[in-house]
Amino acid sequence: MPDRKRKFKILLLHAVMLPTLLFAFYFFSLAPKSWEGVDEAVVEKIAKEHGREARDPLIDPGSGDLLLFGFLLAGTVGGFIAGYYWRQLTRKE
Amino acid sequence: MGRVLFATGSLLLAARPAFAMHISEGILPFSWAILWYLALIPFLVLGIRRLNAMAREDLSMKPLVGLLAAVVFIISCMPIPVPTAGTCSHPCGTGVAAILVGPLVSVLIAAVSLLIQALFLAHGGLSTLGANTLSMGVVGSLAGWATFRAARRMGGSLALSGFLAGLLADWGTYAATSLILSLGIRGDAPLWPLFAKVVLAFLPTQLPLGVLEGVLSAGMVTLLYRKRPDLLLRMRVITDKELPENA
Repeated sequence: MPDRKRKFKILLLHAVMLPTLLFAFYFFSLAPKSWEGVDEAVVEKIAKEHGREARDPLIDPGSGDLLLFGFLLAGTVGGFIAGYYWRQLTRKE
Repeated sequence: MGRVLFATGSLLLAARPAFAMHISEGILPFSWAILWYLALIPFLVLGIRRLNAMAREDLSMKPLVGLLAAVVFIISCMPIPVPTAGTCSHPCGTGVAAILVGPLVSVLIAAVSLLIQALFLAHGGLSTLGANTLSMGVVGSLAGWATFRAARRMGGSLALSGFLAGLLADWGTYAATSLILSLGIRGDAPLWPLFAKVVLAFLPTQLPLGVLEGVLSAGMVTLLYRKRPDLLLRMRVITDKELPENA
């Protein structure tokens, strides 16, 4: 039985890894390497072909230091809460 | 303190234009956007009820779920370049969240993460939040949780089961995104050829990224088992018999 389980695991590993490696070797040479996100490269591109285009966000988060400030504030509050509950969270039972 | 600084630093690093897979604002017609919101509501209600039930049983589950939400938020907006495709995408994190806290609470975690991303990172969108949460939260969580449970019942180790859960949660999410996108944009065009086209376009990026997500999930579950098996026991991922001292 353990042998069958081991064989199954090896088979499963190959079933996942082999197609991935094949794709890796195939696309390494052909990829345009624009490094854009798949939301642009796939979702928005195909949607545009079918007459749907992405809009600006309903709430424009703006740019520059304001966003950073927001995340700093959120990180500080989140960090405080996590720190406050840390002992309770990591108490071994 | 170090952990808090790390969490704060991670959040700051995440505050950049995101390269993601979520469906952007305005891509889906209004009727489809509303339909996906309506389809999501029962899962959110059940998720809130499950979280409250867990907190009544063990209050420390709430901060744990909060921390897991931060993990999913970071994982699901972390752009990873994929050389097989020359594009960037990200893992979902809902697979491992579903393993640890169950699929319903994982839906809630995904909804909160995606809402913050839509509001502050222009990542996804408010009109497409229902659709994105349905694919990443509902389909990703259910696929990850069901795969993990099935693999464990078949005698799979924590690492193998975690790997398969992460892999199928990722691939399930992208399959659902492909279907939702195809339904929304097809107009009069036939559905399945368009669905196949979207899936094929995702494949070069998501095939290897799914494997990476599997490795991440397996790593997180086995690390927890080695360092804090009591947490896994508390979250009912393992049983008493599987604790290292009893194994």
